Amino acid sequence: MSLRLDVLAAILAMAVATYLCRAGGYAVLRVVRPPPFVQAMLAYLPGCIFVAFLAPALADGGWPAWGAGTAALLVQARFRTTALAILAGVATLWLLRLVAG
Amino acid sequence: MTQAEEKDRRGSFTAAGMKRGVRAALALTLGLMPFGLVVGMTADAQGLSLLETLLMSGLVFAGTSQVMALGLWTEPAPILAAALTCLVINLRMAPMGVALGPVLDRLHGIRLWGSLALLVDNAFALMVAEMRAGRRDAGFLVGASMVMWVNWMLMCGTGHVFASAIRLPPGHPVFFASLAALMSVLVPIWRGASDLLPWVAAGMLALLAHGVLGLGAPWPVLLGALGGGAIGAARDLRAAR
Repeated sequence: MSLRLDVLAAILAMAVATYLCRAGGYAVLRVVRPPPFVQAMLAYLPGCIFVAFLAPALADGGWPAWGAGTAALLVQARFRTTALAILAGVATLWLLRLVAG
Repeated sequence: MTQAEEKDRRGSFTAAGMKRGVRAALALTLGLMPFGLVVGMTADAQGLSLLETLLMSGLVFAGTSQVMALGLWTEPAPILAAALTCLVINLRMAPMGVALGPVLDRLHGIRLWGSLALLVDNAFALMVAEMRAGRRDAGFLVGASMVMWVNWMLMCGTGHVFASAIRLPPGHPVFFASLAALMSVLVPIWRGASDLLPWVAAGMLALLAHGVLGLGAPWPVLLGALGGGAIGAARDLRAAR
């Protein structure tokens, strides 16, 4: 169970940088009142963040990943149970990879 | 402060909300397990001790940036590079705090800045769904985040301890679990047909940045999210005119 000083310094620097990201956006926008365009944009940001994260990740996985992602989405929409949606996604990816060879 | 505002503020952070958040997050932990294991295994492979691994996971609590920073780990530890990696990868969390304004605006001091310290993608998604349902209890966010933090610590520790025992190949379908979890959070976030154009635009822009321009993280996410949001806002403002 060692704790080296250089590793500790790197971890603390990572933690500070990450906290700046977590709190920074809110801290700035609290002081500055955004114009209507930015306010409308902020309403769309949450969904867009996830879509913009998922699209390249699925693209990297090829068509089996798109299929598996769709399966997870459909199962979640139908049953509203996240654990089930995750299982459906993983199982579908496994099956499609078998089919793809 | 009017009486209504006073009442509103009292319900801003409740134990009942925390309990609801804990329950909602427990359903999602399955999706975060494989990723935690991956981080623990990567940390072990880079020579970090269990204590160092847990310290990093507990304080940073942001898996993608941890994996990236560990990927460029050196001896001695790369302090500046690791910090910059976290800054760039976790920039996506800045707009999350902004989007949670209706919840956070009613908090002060440690409740406000502490809630932000625990902010993480999946808890954010759950809180957005809560907001859409008309509930603005920050206890929900903290309860959900705490479950994810405990799960994260357990899985990173487990991954480190059993690094050699559970050596799955990199592309194993189990690793799709974290993407499937994010896929499923799209369902409660969806507000209706008005989301379609911004979402499609966000996806296309991210694919363009990633596949065609070959940009690395976080640029596809930033371009896609900001571009999609801007297109939605432009359409709404034109319709309102």
